[in-house]
Amino acid sequence: MDVLLPRTLHEALAMKADHPDVVPIAGGTDLMVDLNFDRRRPSSLMDVSRLRDLGEWRREDGHLFLGAGVTYTRIVEELGAFPPLVQASRTVGSPQIRNRATVGGNLGTASPAGDALPVLAAYGADVVLQSARGARTLPWAQFLTGPKRNALGPDELILGVRWRIARGAGSFSKVGPRNAMVIAVASLCLILDEERREVRVALGSVGPTILRAHEAETRVARAIVDAGVWDDPVRELPPQAVETFAAGVAAAAQPIDDVRGTASYRRHACGILARRALAWALADRRAGSGPARPR
Amino acid sequence: MRIRVNINGEPRTAEVWPGASLLFMLREHLGLAGAKNACEQGECGSCSVWLDGTLVCACLVLAAQAQDREVRTLEALGSEGRVHPVQDAFLEAGAVQCGFCTPGLVVAVADLLARDPSPDEAVVREALSGNLCRCTGYAKILDAVRIASGRLRGGTG
Repeated sequence: MDVLLPRTLHEALAMKADHPDVVPIAGGTDLMVDLNFDRRRPSSLMDVSRLRDLGEWRREDGHLFLGAGVTYTRIVEELGAFPPLVQASRTVGSPQIRNRATVGGNLGTASPAGDALPVLAAYGADVVLQSARGARTLPWAQFLTGPKRNALGPDELILGVRWRIARGAGSFSKVGPRNAMVIAVASLCLILDEERREVRVALGSVGPTILRAHEAETRVARAIVDAGVWDDPVRELPPQAVETFAAGVAAAAQPIDDVRGTASYRRHACGILARRALAWALADRRAGSGPARPR
Repeated sequence: MRIRVNINGEPRTAEVWPGASLLFMLREHLGLAGAKNACEQGECGSCSVWLDGTLVCACLVLAAQAQDREVRTLEALGSEGRVHPVQDAFLEAGAVQCGFCTPGLVVAVADLLARDPSPDEAVVREALSGNLCRCTGYAKILDAVRIASGRLRGGTG
């Protein structure tokens, strides 16, 4: 085994082109476990933790670009404008893990339990990949191809993710046995997109990959229109619409039984998380609509 | 491969297997056994050290990633004749039973108090959520953090 230590992205891409089997390592919070337990012996590793291009985030044309090397600690400290992403980041491991673990690691490992992934799915983020041949941008739905599988080419590195900044309430929530060091039993991100009048819901840890609840999303967005809630946040969504939404999200899960939970518990949890997330988002809109309304 | 690294203010070198962790290098090549080897998967925090001033689990850092960087370990905090206020607070509170988790906890508490000298209990609990102790039940560890926080702010604790 050997370790490559590129100083620039350009150098790293040239190395990846020459050695397609080289495994990139950033925070090491997934890969080092495999090395320590002798589960994996890559022929070579490449330290990408020093590449400046990966460690940046920026706003560009109404979008946010988030570099693959940005750690969860930095997201919590610097990206407060994106509450669901911050909420998800704060649930990653422990302070020591968040100080090292990166968004690129969640994307590269492609586990359905990766905490940032439901948020990126609900944002509809594109994944930006780069190789010595050039860059390509994949829509979210094309990046994750299965459990721990993604569409990354052998000569490519994950540069980061990019999403349209949408105005609207939203949250990330996660079910697990404690408030730290938890691999999600089930997780959910819900986003209200005020411009497009859409509701987007993504589920983690309840399927082979991150799942969207498209049918439930469309139905609840229509119910919000029918109840006049988009224009008047003080109005209530009929309880039946909330229950239909929760049941629809639960139905979108494709859970299995494993050491962390049963399929039926996970499906049940998805319904609960969906109902709560919708209630929080509608309450946030109501609170944001101002106190000056006549009752 | 040969790793050059600054440890506790001193330049050091070690010849390690390329897949070795920073923890293995510290303990087995450089004789620094303060960081403990327990879970090897970032679950327990017993191997907590600073890498360029950031609190990390040494078991999850590839030794090669520490090349030309600064590592600070428990050994830099205090010694028998010169005990760090956090170590002193652990002694006073009786926040130690078997002692295996203590080095990692002392490092994590020192890291917390350097950033936030007067943390409330929720902040302390979150800051120490990556350090497991299977003996004390944490109550005395929380007492130790309060004592250390008072001392470091110049009070009597």
